[in-house]
Amino acid sequence: MELTDKELAQQILHLAGTDVKRCIQCGRCSAACPAGDKMDYVPSRMVWELVNGNGASLVKADAPWRCLSCFACEQRCPRGVSPAAVMEAVRLTVIRKQGANKLPAESLENYPADMPQQALVAAFRKYNK
Amino acid sequence: MLEPNNTYQPKIVAFCCNWCSYAGADGAGTARKHYPANIKIIKVPCSCRVNPLFILRAFARGADGVILCGCHPGDCHYTTGNYFTRRRMTLLLSMLDYLGVAGDRFRVEWVSAAEGARFAEVMNDFAAHIAALGKNVKLRDLRCAK
Amino acid sequence: MQKIGVFVCWCGSNIAGTVDVAAVAEAVRQIPDVAFATDYKYMCSEQGQAIIRQAVQDYQLDRIVVCSCSPRMHEATFRKCAESVGINPYMVEIANIREQCSWVLKDKAEATAKAIKLAKAAIAKVRFNTPLHAGKSSVVKRALVIGGGIAGIQTALDIAEAGYKVDIVEKEPTIGGRMAQLDKTFPTLDCSACILTPKMVDAAQHENITLYTYSEVEKVSGFVGNFDVTIRKKARSVKADMCSGCGLCTEKCPSRKTPSEFDMNLKNRGAIYIPFAQAIPKVPVIDRDACLKFKTGKCGICSMVCPCDAIDYTQQDELITEKYGAIVLATGFELLPLDKFGDLGWGASKDVISSLQLERLTNAAGPTEGHLVCPSSGKEPKSVVIVSCVGSRDTTERGKTYCSKICCMYNAKHAMYIREKYPNVDVTVFYIDVRTPGKGFDEFQRRAVEEYGVHYVRGQVGKVVVDGDGKLTVFASDLNSGRHLMLFPDLVVLAAAVKPAPDARKLATMLTASIDNDDFYVEAHPKLRPVESPTAGIFLSGMCQGPKDIPETVSQAGAAAAKVIGLLAKDHLETNPCTAVCQENICSGCKSCAHVCPYGAITYADKQIITLNGTREQRTVAVVNEALCQGCGACTVACPSTAMDLKGFTNKQILAEVDALC
Repeated sequence: MELTDKELAQQILHLAGTDVKRCIQCGRCSAACPAGDKMDYVPSRMVWELVNGNGASLVKADAPWRCLSCFACEQRCPRGVSPAAVMEAVRLTVIRKQGANKLPAESLENYPADMPQQALVAAFRKYNK
Repeated sequence: MLEPNNTYQPKIVAFCCNWCSYAGADGAGTARKHYPANIKIIKVPCSCRVNPLFILRAFARGADGVILCGCHPGDCHYTTGNYFTRRRMTLLLSMLDYLGVAGDRFRVEWVSAAEGARFAEVMNDFAAHIAALGKNVKLRDLRCAK
Repeated sequence: MQKIGVFVCWCGSNIAGTVDVAAVAEAVRQIPDVAFATDYKYMCSEQGQAIIRQAVQDYQLDRIVVCSCSPRMHEATFRKCAESVGINPYMVEIANIREQCSWVLKDKAEATAKAIKLAKAAIAKVRFNTPLHAGKSSVVKRALVIGGGIAGIQTALDIAEAGYKVDIVEKEPTIGGRMAQLDKTFPTLDCSACILTPKMVDAAQHENITLYTYSEVEKVSGFVGNFDVTIRKKARSVKADMCSGCGLCTEKCPSRKTPSEFDMNLKNRGAIYIPFAQAIPKVPVIDRDACLKFKTGKCGICSMVCPCDAIDYTQQDELITEKYGAIVLATGFELLPLDKFGDLGWGASKDVISSLQLERLTNAAGPTEGHLVCPSSGKEPKSVVIVSCVGSRDTTERGKTYCSKICCMYNAKHAMYIREKYPNVDVTVFYIDVRTPGKGFDEFQRRAVEEYGVHYVRGQVGKVVVDGDGKLTVFASDLNSGRHLMLFPDLVVLAAAVKPAPDARKLATMLTASIDNDDFYVEAHPKLRPVESPTAGIFLSGMCQGPKDIPETVSQAGAAAAKVIGLLAKDHLETNPCTAVCQENICSGCKSCAHVCPYGAITYADKQIITLNGTREQRTVAVVNEALCQGCGACTVACPSTAMDLKGFTNKQILAEVDALC
């Protein structure tokens, strides 16, 4: 059975484990994000969507896949909120769905042979189940 | 927060000093921070007014837990009151331990007038702690039973 | 037999919503010595009090229990009511069934049961109440104001105008405080010094005001109406009565290495200095840590050039003791030190400055004579970025959780200062919200946008990076458009949070005045008693009580003065009658009690005692001075024989409460 928008958001919130209600939408996280200008939903917007229970827009967003997990957002937040945790929670929610791997195993063929092992392992950990 | 337990509700008496902890208790009320109903407060002008004999009387009369709240050391409205409290109650706790009765049924906490939320937290924590210890059997004076 | 009246208040729905008040009244009605019990919607109202008076007359009640809100609210009200109908005010006890019952519980059955228990405890206590009579204490008709900024000055002026003597103690060499550092004030853009200095002069010249500058309060004892205060007048190393204020010494001082506190470290000052030109008193001070004469024994130039022979290297601190009836705390604020904000460039570049530093830069009497320049290069900036909320609304350990209140307004003010004088300089203010609640405030901020072309961007700055050449890059975002921004300003201004002065806590301890976790002094009631400390005789004025701007500070200063005047106008004060008392026939004269009394209220006397078995005996017994006793009760517990007891909180009363609750 498909989850409602709100239920999906609840699931993401539970995974994220950060108190998003503390966010005052100051935008410091978005400003500090090194990948922010490439995101459709900047970190402060991701938190906002989660606060409002818009699960569907969160899983459709491209931003979690642009996120570098650098944690600058969490470090800069004056309210103790972790947008990084929200990003990770959305990533997990997406890839845990069957058949929703962001990085299929077959795609390995496309990568150069001399690509560092570590990069491959990290990428598969992050984008694959 | 302690959920109402239909079988056993510990009786807890709290002594609160007028200037800090009683005001803190009022602060908990103003902020609507709940704590169990079985905690009842007696107001004293200063925590140093509380005689260890009052505490033993409470236990003798059937209290399962007693908590004494005062101002943070250094902030006593009467300057030195809570220092005396601290020393006396250290002795009382020592004595209770020596007698082999649960010294952890008695606690001293410093709560300021601005710490309403903390007051509720402290009460909830103490109530849960006493509920886990169960009924006060050793210190109860059955001749006082109602 | 005693006749107790019990009055249970609904407090509208505050109590009645969770407690079955009728059931409480019914439960206590069953008690044999409760002659009358009732419930009513608002016991503290005129109608409620009339019910009490009527019941006292109809049922010949001799003592009263009111089950209501906290005694800290209305104990005084109900005591007065009892007195008005012939019952001693101390024959009244309050059961707190609101803050400590209905407001902290959800279940009606539980709350009602608790309310009944609390009522029974109050009844058990009141059975042992005895009539008490307040004593009288004198009032010293002199007030002390700690802090000589606008708050302290205004309070002192108002008290002095009412005809009372008042002393201002200020730790800096001059009065004036923060307002003296400002350029202009919002929303009128009045020159700050121009509106402050006349008040400073008034304070200095008023016959009822004595200034103790470069002084600090060292010790306070006593109580309302009778405070004993020791003030330390720190050694200026200059004889104030000989000094003409010519300032020659400050010009000739060879030591130039100390950053000027008044100029927010943007410039250095001499070891002998006057903080600013309009300082009052205009008497310099030698900073002995910076002075060559004090450090090495060499120099002495100031003494040589002084035409009045006013320099005195041997001057010592002076201790003064004085008695006061009331004390006002007006210790002001400082900006939050920004050392933990390196991510906004603080400390990494001289061109990242605080808001107070900008104030000094634009001030014509400041370190650059009012020319806005980048501290690193001395050149005019081409663009300026102002960052709001640095350290405010911040729940992490490096900031303060509160909003500092004045920054939105002063940011607009700063932006307009700059655009007024330098129309070619680009100014951008990054904000989370713009808070402009005062009279004319919103219009003021809108002028910055609409008339002065200041860019207001909603989105907090992420970081400020300084490159190898010292160039600043500001990473921000425009949340309204969703765009990322990178700006390259020449100057970045951080609107730092305000916080109370660093010695606020030390003073609070000295005065036993309540202070909160942010070091703001706590008021007796946040709505209705904003200028009084819960400690009687101590009043609060200005920023030290909470963030506020100058109009609010001046209002509050007047309010504090009014309270002080109300106190000093009394011929005598009623003292708390709940004092310690010694039952002489069981006092052994062991002298354990005096050791624990913080007020020296216990002495010993040889008396003829009639002992419990009817014989006469000469014994040393304790004697309590009721004027000094504050009623803490420490002696009662130190006493091994329970000879010492505390009126209003006797052993019998407390034990009765314990018995009733267990």
